Amino acid sequence: MRGGHSRARLATAAVGLVLVVGGFAWAVTDLPAFGHYHHRYGAYLAQHSLPQRGATNSINVITFDYRGFDTLGEEFILFVAVVGVVVLLRRLRGEEDESDEDINESQPLASESLRWLGVASAAPLAVIGAYVVTHGQLTPGGGFQGGVILMAAVTIVFVGGEFMIMLRLRARAQFLEMGEALGAAGLAVLGFGGLIASGVFFENFIPHGHRGSLFSGGFLTIANLAVGIEVAGAILMVLAELLDQRLLTRPA
Amino acid sequence: MSVYPYLVAAWLLGCGLYGIVTSRNYIHLTICLTVVQASTYVLLLSVGYVNGAQAPIYAGISERSVVVDPIVQALTLTDVVVEATVVALLLALILQANKRYGTTDPDRMTRMHDE
Amino acid sequence: MSQLAPLSVAIPLLVAALLTCAGAFLPRLAVDLIATLTALACFAMTLTLIIHVGSGLEVYWFGGWHVTHGVAVGIDFAVGPIGAGLATFISLLMVLALISSTRGLDVKHPYYQVLMLTFLAGMVGFCLSGDLFNMFVLFELMSISAVALVGYKVHERAALEGGLNFAVINTIGGFLFLLGIGLVYSRTGALNLAQIGHYLAHSGNDRVVMVAFALIASGLLIKAAVVPFHFWLADAYAVALTPVCLLLAGAMSELGLYGLGRIYFSAFEPALSGHTGTLRAIFVGIGLLTSLWGGLMALTEDHLKRLLAFVTIAFIGVFLTGLGLLSPDGVAGTAVYVLADGFGKALLFACAGMIQHRLGRLSQSRLHGRARSLRLIGALFLAGGLLIAALPPFGPFLGKSMIEDAAVKVGYGFVPPLIALSSALCGAAVLRAYACVFLGWGEAPGRADQTDEDTEPETTDSHDRTPLVQLIPAIVLLAGAIGVGVWFGFADLAETAATRFTDVHGYLVTVLAASGHPIPPAASSSPAWYDWLYCGGATVAAVAFAAAGVWGRRYLPWGCRLTDAASRVLAPLRRTHSGQIGDYTAALTLGVGVFGGLLALTLL
Repeated sequence: MRGGHSRARLATAAVGLVLVVGGFAWAVTDLPAFGHYHHRYGAYLAQHSLPQRGATNSINVITFDYRGFDTLGEEFILFVAVVGVVVLLRRLRGEEDESDEDINESQPLASESLRWLGVASAAPLAVIGAYVVTHGQLTPGGGFQGGVILMAAVTIVFVGGEFMIMLRLRARAQFLEMGEALGAAGLAVLGFGGLIASGVFFENFIPHGHRGSLFSGGFLTIANLAVGIEVAGAILMVLAELLDQRLLTRPA
Repeated sequence: MSVYPYLVAAWLLGCGLYGIVTSRNYIHLTICLTVVQASTYVLLLSVGYVNGAQAPIYAGISERSVVVDPIVQALTLTDVVVEATVVALLLALILQANKRYGTTDPDRMTRMHDE
Repeated sequence: MSQLAPLSVAIPLLVAALLTCAGAFLPRLAVDLIATLTALACFAMTLTLIIHVGSGLEVYWFGGWHVTHGVAVGIDFAVGPIGAGLATFISLLMVLALISSTRGLDVKHPYYQVLMLTFLAGMVGFCLSGDLFNMFVLFELMSISAVALVGYKVHERAALEGGLNFAVINTIGGFLFLLGIGLVYSRTGALNLAQIGHYLAHSGNDRVVMVAFALIASGLLIKAAVVPFHFWLADAYAVALTPVCLLLAGAMSELGLYGLGRIYFSAFEPALSGHTGTLRAIFVGIGLLTSLWGGLMALTEDHLKRLLAFVTIAFIGVFLTGLGLLSPDGVAGTAVYVLADGFGKALLFACAGMIQHRLGRLSQSRLHGRARSLRLIGALFLAGGLLIAALPPFGPFLGKSMIEDAAVKVGYGFVPPLIALSSALCGAAVLRAYACVFLGWGEAPGRADQTDEDTEPETTDSHDRTPLVQLIPAIVLLAGAIGVGVWFGFADLAETAATRFTDVHGYLVTVLAASGHPIPPAASSSPAWYDWLYCGGATVAAVAFAAAGVWGRRYLPWGCRLTDAASRVLAPLRRTHSGQIGDYTAALTLGVGVFGGLLALTLL
């Protein structure tokens, strides 16, 4: 039965894959040649993002201003995923914690140099992350990218071998959660701000400032900040939840 | 030559789907799903490329320079976030499934109705 | 007034985020109250929206970015009557679902309520959006929330399996959708549906457009669970919490079809208008196959929720048949049927949830006769079964008759008997379940599996009484299913709405040129004599099949041989629903390939 099942499955998949990949390849041969993008929408947004919003990173302007509603949805997808991970990895009846001493003993000891490297990298990463978040509208980067780097600043300590730090993080999970939720709410509130100030949801209602300055782009700075906090908080929460699972014991 | 990047996307799609069909480990299956996602990134980014153009960041370059399409880059950013979230949820489900079934082999997990 | 469209999406999202912060400090009742009030506010907003929109089309541009030099710069919500109506229906279902989960549902608050609110926001936004990539983002928001809600009961193996299958298959669908968007963007350079339509009207059909449509349609049909993409649905709907099932069955599957219709009529119709006949044949074919497959599988199922999941699949097939006729009459009939049948299926799931609460199990063979004392629930279940068999003159009958008329009008005369057969099979499955569980007559269709039983009940309240908060939503759903048919003039409203939905030129003009394009109110014809015949016949056939299932083995001389032969024929069909993700993905790949191949053949 097992063999028959697999053979039928492989045969079906083989036919299907030939059709799908072949069909897709057949279609892409008809696309404009690589390197010859010529449409007006992209050109319009690229050319007008600097004059209209005073921000030099046109991708950031598109993400948060022209197509800001997509980003609101995307941010909430991240938010829902974190809530989902918390819900799916929740403590069930009968699952208990290892005690802290057991945890410390059961971890393999990392070498001294590795631990020092981890701890020493944390501060530079945090600074880089903060830079990428706040300068999102000027140089490549933005809330999402900077948020991941900020998260890395905390994670690198764990990766280096300082497990106790992550335990304290796990204990503070509630603050992480609140920070992450406030970041998500922050972007929604910005949208409402546009609604209240200019009568249109998600309108960029803050004055644009000089080009190239830190506060150019209107509300882009705030949006980048909100998203940076949310992303960092979200990924750390997921890490804390997964760590929680690692440390659970089930009754025999 | 000019169609090559798109064919890479097609190949990635095929590899990812093949991996999902024949997978014997759910974590491997999740990674195959990310391979399918990679095909969407490759397609989107290749669509927007302009030969000899700069990145669409105007810091330090003239306002009138030719840049690649910034929209597909914003779309890919959204796509990456969506991928990460799906992978996170799948991994949480796999963790719990491993606890209940004792295995991560999709074929070995019993279904609700046996034949 | 025009702000209601974005607010109906933004307010549930904002409340969800704030509930996560504050919810740990608030008591359970407060969180439930806030969530229910938010859903109620969403319902009020979408209701006002549809009343205000009427037969017109309202366009809302986010961030104040209007069309500049003929380029749609920002994202828009293009609110038409069908979209707003569907959004209203979804909000109503969410209100009822949240009410029924207030008392005793064993969930971790506030996370459950937060997930329900984001689910609502995703669905409502999907109905209203007019931008292709925005639809993808909201599609993913809806799917992620649904995955977390389906896999909620992590202590049960079946729930984990259902959640995993659902997550993987839906994600593949999402990526196929995105590949299609990439191809469309490369060809047209636009993401706004009207802009794409405008461009394609000039450039016409070619390989890229056809394959892009195939990929986008596949992604949406995977969400809608038509054959052969439907395998995940039975696994997922059987294990989700009951209030979530209300929404999944009543709304989420239909959204896949709504998306398909919306994208076809706004963006692709200008390019594909020459191939309407072929497309119609393909969609109607797939729809009929799905409806019959679902009906046959429902008859063989023992687990109540899985049975209802197959009933859902069967009805998706009928909806696709109606939509696939690609005419205003077909769309109108589908709209009415989606509403009426959505109420009916949600009612049946609510009854299943109440049975689970009172008796702790959902397998017909284990429940045999034990629900005799649950008379009110039994009456509701019976009413639901008769309604979905299209008992005249109620809601489902009206919808079905409109679809049948539309089919006959385009020359597809074989459609009415086939969808009547499908309704009969589904009705028979439900009626036989009623007889088995509530009356103790006959045998159960299959044997229960050990893993069928919940290890822990869903609810924590006392199991001796059915709480009012579960009963009242069920009664409201019954009223809805009946009322849709009895409300005179509803069919005319649906016809006008459908005319707006299929009015391609008007859509392009309203969105891109911001000029209104009024359409005259349309009138629908009342059900013809053969509609009464088909639907009455379907109900009678449902009762007859159910009776044969209950007593056939014992009283008919050839009953045993017939049922054995039927089991042997259906066994391979049952085996395809193996629960293994590799099989599902293989079938999905073949389905996409064949569907794309069929579409490509129209070009050559």
